[in-house]
Amino acid sequence: MVSLLRAESVSFSFAENPVLQAVNLSVAPGEVLGLIGPNGAGKTTLLRILAGLLDAQQGAVLMDGAPLQTLPEKKRAQQIGYLPQGAPAHWPLTVERVVELGRIPHRPWWAGLADKDRACIEAAMELTDVRHLRQRIVTELSGGERTRVMLARVLAAQPRLLLADEPVAALDPHHQLQVMRTLAQVAAQGSAMVVVLHDLGLAARFCTRLLALDAGNVIADGPTLDVLRSDTLAAAYQLRIEVSKDAEGAWVRYRDA
Amino acid sequence: MKAAALPLSLLTLLALGVLLGLAHGEVWLNPLVSGGEPWRETVLWEIRLPRVLLAVLVGGVLGMSGAALQGLLRNPLADPAIIGVSACAAFGAVLVLYTGLAGLLWFALPLGGMIGAGLSVLLVFLLTGSRSSLFSLILAGMAVNAFVGALIALVLNVASNPFAMSEMLYWLLGSFANRSLQDVAIAAPFMLTGGGLLLATGRYLDALSLAEDTAASLGFGSPRWRWLVVGGVACAVGAAVSVSGNIGFVGLVVPHLLRPFVGYQPRRLLWTSALGGALLLVLADVLVQAIGGRVELKLGVITALIGGPFFLWIILRTRSTQW
Repeated sequence: MVSLLRAESVSFSFAENPVLQAVNLSVAPGEVLGLIGPNGAGKTTLLRILAGLLDAQQGAVLMDGAPLQTLPEKKRAQQIGYLPQGAPAHWPLTVERVVELGRIPHRPWWAGLADKDRACIEAAMELTDVRHLRQRIVTELSGGERTRVMLARVLAAQPRLLLADEPVAALDPHHQLQVMRTLAQVAAQGSAMVVVLHDLGLAARFCTRLLALDAGNVIADGPTLDVLRSDTLAAAYQLRIEVSKDAEGAWVRYRDA
Repeated sequence: MKAAALPLSLLTLLALGVLLGLAHGEVWLNPLVSGGEPWRETVLWEIRLPRVLLAVLVGGVLGMSGAALQGLLRNPLADPAIIGVSACAAFGAVLVLYTGLAGLLWFALPLGGMIGAGLSVLLVFLLTGSRSSLFSLILAGMAVNAFVGALIALVLNVASNPFAMSEMLYWLLGSFANRSLQDVAIAAPFMLTGGGLLLATGRYLDALSLAEDTAASLGFGSPRWRWLVVGGVACAVGAAVSVSGNIGFVGLVVPHLLRPFVGYQPRRLLWTSALGGALLLVLADVLVQAIGGRVELKLGVITALIGGPFFLWIILRTRSTQW
């Protein structure tokens, strides 16, 4: 598989504290790459570097083989969608207006919404099941509804690469499954996904590959079940992790080591 | 179109307001018919027109600047005074009055104001650096405000005679009275340029409603967008303050009032607030003249007198909701 985005020995530190140390990562179209690891492992920082929001102090991030920094901002925005954790909204906008914001990178500054824009917005709202919320005020929605709206906002741009930072944090199990299923569905249509996850069970069921970080170092990178079964992961989490498979997919059980 | 209804009605009201502003005064004149005695033309086009034009332009840029800054800082309490522009422009103008340059060169006063506004941006820029957070921008603005406020007080304090001091104080209060078309001509290009810069930031402000990281991921990561807003406000408000003095509360109240009517969309609020601000100041200037009295009240005094309690009322009314 040809990778869409590749990070090559990316290092980053805040002041004197190293956050990432020589991290390598690659993600290809159709993949759902799960970024896992204990709190403070550097997952969010890595995701922001991949999104081009933060520049790596050493190493390089390559999109289609070319350095991400050389990509014009508008082009980058068209191709890479970024869903921050919590995805705040500052004004009481309606859901429809919020989803429309996702089309900004595709529209010339003078133009209103074209037919193509409307089609993408409708498709994204359909996929995330928020069409019935269209006229609701985004700041008044429940956590699950808002996450889906923000996901629709990212999907409306039809990005080739989607970076999501803990998209299912604070969601109930039903909505966790719904959001993860949507992400897997979009990846199946040819987009690449990098998803920060804390729930190893969801990682086991929906990710095609996992990359585990611990204290800024990659400790495992490979097919989902191999990573979950690795001793290094168990050591990093200080857990005993058991993985089993049945007709419905993979299940993860864990307890203190 | 529903979206066009509000700007269109504001525009209609503004046109009526302008006609009223031209017609109203010591004597009523019909601005739509020409001819008659020669003094009539002089009063209409040399005394009343500059006044009405300034009210439209200054109100427009104050409203739009308030909307832009509230969008940038995502805070409904932001206004042009917050980044120190108003104070620095006022200081520049006060210095010109103090040194007597205003009497020597007719464009010295507006020029002083605009240089002051430009310096405020430079100062804030030096204090915060180009990649600072919005929070440090606010802090720098407050620091500049406090210091420049002290400098204005110092100049007033050392004014050589009561006449010079009262001239400066009156000017600080804010008014459109006794302005000429020359004043309009020197300030208008800067106000229009500033307004144009602000309009160009509309989509950035829209994107910012989903916070800075998301805005950056939508293609607005470069700090130049923020400086475009600050620079636009400095240019427009600097020019406005330099010809009219300090007229407060317009930038604060107008966007706040109109925001629900544009669905809280920052970009649509820019235009709408410009129209709303222009309408407000045209009507307020008519009110000032209608009140009359031995000494004409300064417009800045009226806007503060009405704006202050009005804003308080808005806060009390909406205290239960977020905005």
